[in-house]
Amino acid sequence: MTAPLNIEGPAAPPRSNGELVFAEPWESRAFGMAVTLYESGAFTWRRFQAALIARIAAWETAPAQDEPWNYYRLWLAALEDVLVGQGAVSADEVTARARTLARRPPGHDHGHSH
Amino acid sequence: MTASGSGERLPAALRTEALEQLLTERGLIDPKVMDGLITEYETNVGPLNGAKVVARAWTDPEYRRRLLDDGTAAIKELGFMGRQGEHIVVVENTATTHNVVVCTLCSCYPWPVLGLPPSWYKDPAYRARMVKEPRTVLSEMGLELPDGVRIIVRDSTSEVRWLVLPERPAGTEHLSEEQLVPLVTREAMVGVAKVKAP
Repeated sequence: MTAPLNIEGPAAPPRSNGELVFAEPWESRAFGMAVTLYESGAFTWRRFQAALIARIAAWETAPAQDEPWNYYRLWLAALEDVLVGQGAVSADEVTARARTLARRPPGHDHGHSH
Repeated sequence: MTASGSGERLPAALRTEALEQLLTERGLIDPKVMDGLITEYETNVGPLNGAKVVARAWTDPEYRRRLLDDGTAAIKELGFMGRQGEHIVVVENTATTHNVVVCTLCSCYPWPVLGLPPSWYKDPAYRARMVKEPRTVLSEMGLELPDGVRIIVRDSTSEVRWLVLPERPAGTEHLSEEQLVPLVTREAMVGVAKVKAP
């Protein structure tokens, strides 16, 4: 059995060049962090690529039932793997900070009037 | 599953923001530098660069020869260079040979000429199936190739970043280089489509 190409979903092959580069803003930040860290010499691209390949392979071996394929989520996980491996951050620190951010009141980033 | 694969589920957006804050506080990244880099890929670096390379190759035989000989150097002549462009190899599609590019293990892609890869290029089904049944996958993507055409699947997993030089379509002999540029699509330069005459 072969997996079908996603002809109509978000990963569908477009017939024009009009696709957005990033589906959501956080994807662009995850992308930008990895590239700027690499360019500042924090790690080699080969190291990051190996972590990304490992994350993708793990997802493909055992896809999470309740979480659809998302390339940049795996990209982010790979970046964390590299940084945690180097001791630049710990996974617990990232989780704790994310929890703090989650407790912000709704609309915290919509202070401006629409 | 969280982004780290351990502990509670947190939206990737929050985890990304948390990581960016921590790295900024430690002086490991500069958000302004990141802003500039992201803008560059959202607005400047894209398939238009590759289209200019292809149109030049179609109209200048000497350039075409240099491009097929040393992709990175010939692409640099037009001012396109940088990240993921260190080892670009250009392969030519003809009436009898069709090259198509995939990265089976991740998403390697020639950023300077095509920008960042589209979703379908990163999709597990495309990556797994293109090497096994390219003719079927190409057909599903709207490209029917005659049985006599030899298909070569180029896997970008090594250092090499592949760029396909598509066939110049019949009926475009009268068009100038500038008029040819908008005909060249990203899909044609990955090898999942052909360039069509206007």
